[in-house]
Amino acid sequence: MNIIVCIKQVPDTNEVKIDPDKGTLIREGVPSIINPDDKNALEEALRIKDEYEDVRVIALSMGPAQAELALIEAVAMGADEGILLNDKAFAGSDTWATSTALAEAIKNIGEFDIIFCGQQAIDGDTGQVGPQIAEHLNIPQITYVEGLKLEASKVRAKRRLEDGYFIIEAELPLLITATKALNQPRYPSIRGIYEAFKGDRIKVLTAKDLGIEEYKVGLKGSPTRVSRSFTPELKAGDLVMIEGSPKEQAEGLIVKLREARII
Amino acid sequence: MVNSALEEYRGVWVLAEQREGQLLDVSIELLGEGRRIADKLNTQLTAILLGYRVDNLAGDLIKYGADTVIYGVNKLLDTYTTEAYTKVICDLIRGRKPEIILIGATNIGRDLGPRISSRIHTGLTADCTGLDIDLENRRLLQTRPAFGGNLMATIICPNHRPQMATVRPGVFEKAKYDDTRQGNIEKFTPNLKEEDIRARVVEVVKEKGSELKLEEASVIVAGGRGLGGPEGFKLLEELAEKLGGVVGASRAVVDANWIDKSHQVGQTGKTVRPDLYIACGISGAVQHLAGMQNSKYIVAINKDKDAPIFNVAHYGIVGDLYEVLPELIKALDNIDEIMENIK
Repeated sequence: MNIIVCIKQVPDTNEVKIDPDKGTLIREGVPSIINPDDKNALEEALRIKDEYEDVRVIALSMGPAQAELALIEAVAMGADEGILLNDKAFAGSDTWATSTALAEAIKNIGEFDIIFCGQQAIDGDTGQVGPQIAEHLNIPQITYVEGLKLEASKVRAKRRLEDGYFIIEAELPLLITATKALNQPRYPSIRGIYEAFKGDRIKVLTAKDLGIEEYKVGLKGSPTRVSRSFTPELKAGDLVMIEGSPKEQAEGLIVKLREARII
Repeated sequence: MVNSALEEYRGVWVLAEQREGQLLDVSIELLGEGRRIADKLNTQLTAILLGYRVDNLAGDLIKYGADTVIYGVNKLLDTYTTEAYTKVICDLIRGRKPEIILIGATNIGRDLGPRISSRIHTGLTADCTGLDIDLENRRLLQTRPAFGGNLMATIICPNHRPQMATVRPGVFEKAKYDDTRQGNIEKFTPNLKEEDIRARVVEVVKEKGSELKLEEASVIVAGGRGLGGPEGFKLLEELAEKLGGVVGASRAVVDANWIDKSHQVGQTGKTVRPDLYIACGISGAVQHLAGMQNSKYIVAINKDKDAPIFNVAHYGIVGDLYEVLPELIKALDNIDEIMENIK
């Protein structure tokens, strides 16, 4: 059984700061991490590998050369190999172009049974690449998955809705997008880290290796464009500081709130 | 697509979402915004409704502002499935060529939108918080949070049609119900077979009441990384309960899995405007501030006196929340005595 896990290396957006004068991101010194939901996707694949024999888990990513580190981490967690799509031709891809490149890479891998993606990435937050890959490959998708059972050639999934959930069944092959509720991702093992750094587990592929026409990917292949970006507008409050011991501060606040008829 | 081909595309569509025969609020919000955009483009607003025995909703969509409702009736459309809905909607798009399609950014809309855009080969902008029109090129200007909400980006789709966007619930005001409005209802039976649906919904479970309505709360006690760990939320819950409020959270702690995403406040979570917002151990990333700055009273409790949260706060307390909050809970019990003492 072949399981493919799509992972994205993202800046830790909680650490991102804005240059208030220029209105741009300060990316220097911001750590790069495996997108959190993608770790849940990988964990689910590894659990299937733990449970069944002859399961091969392939981590797939597209990004700059440094994204290899995310794949090394995936191998250290237990993936059998990593594939990085790295080419200037991929730069500036929107979700359509990204999913096109990833779907081509998956066709290139050949046989697969399940593709796992994270529900969404913390930098883009679109949640689009998973369903778009499924469409390119003409396979069913189950998104927002928070429970999964594999039964022979079929899966049964609990799919989250705002007001409840669906139980969905589908035959393999298919694509699943994982939420944080699905599982608790494992840490890399010592042995895994050793294996990952031996150096022969990660393959880097270009657009040419995949036989993708360059007009289908990157900025050229992207239907959408960013026309401008700006910082959200903030209005200043009229701050009153409440000083003193914690008790005095607490009581001072209560007085203010009562006077304002809030409590 | 060459520009003359783009000219063939006209009209604004809203994909109306119904669950168990109930129209979602976000669909009514989209009809209001869709109407505004269609009027600006001097074109028609069409609502797409799929389901089984939801005839009454078709009439409501007209009253909420649609000129036409395309109503696809089939037993296989009763409950949403990705494949049946994608097939029917893509067939409609190919036949009728709308220039704009708006979809609610619900857990269903965010499943359906990308599948459609991928099949049609057009752009899709997720989770828009603002829409406008560039009349010169009939372009939809789609504004959404980027980089975790730290920046806003306006996205365009210049050379492909339709221009598709999912829109966050609660962003736009609901359209007004106008009993006198008239329009066309085009009812049809889409050609669907059981085999078209490979991922089948075998069970629908409703969890009424479990839904956290952060947007409707009048008091929110929110926690961030300053809590130090998930246990900290117990203290926040205690305070929230005393104030008749609910617990909110920053993105950082949701990403760290300290609390469920339904509690997340901010550009990428929920936009809230309660009467009282108490931010505990939240430093105040731009994306968080943008989602709560319209609260009537904001209280910030933080160890760091330079934390950006103080810039939007009305009352600030520099201190350890584990010292201040227990005092606050105690003070709420003795409020009359405290008010008496200051006289």
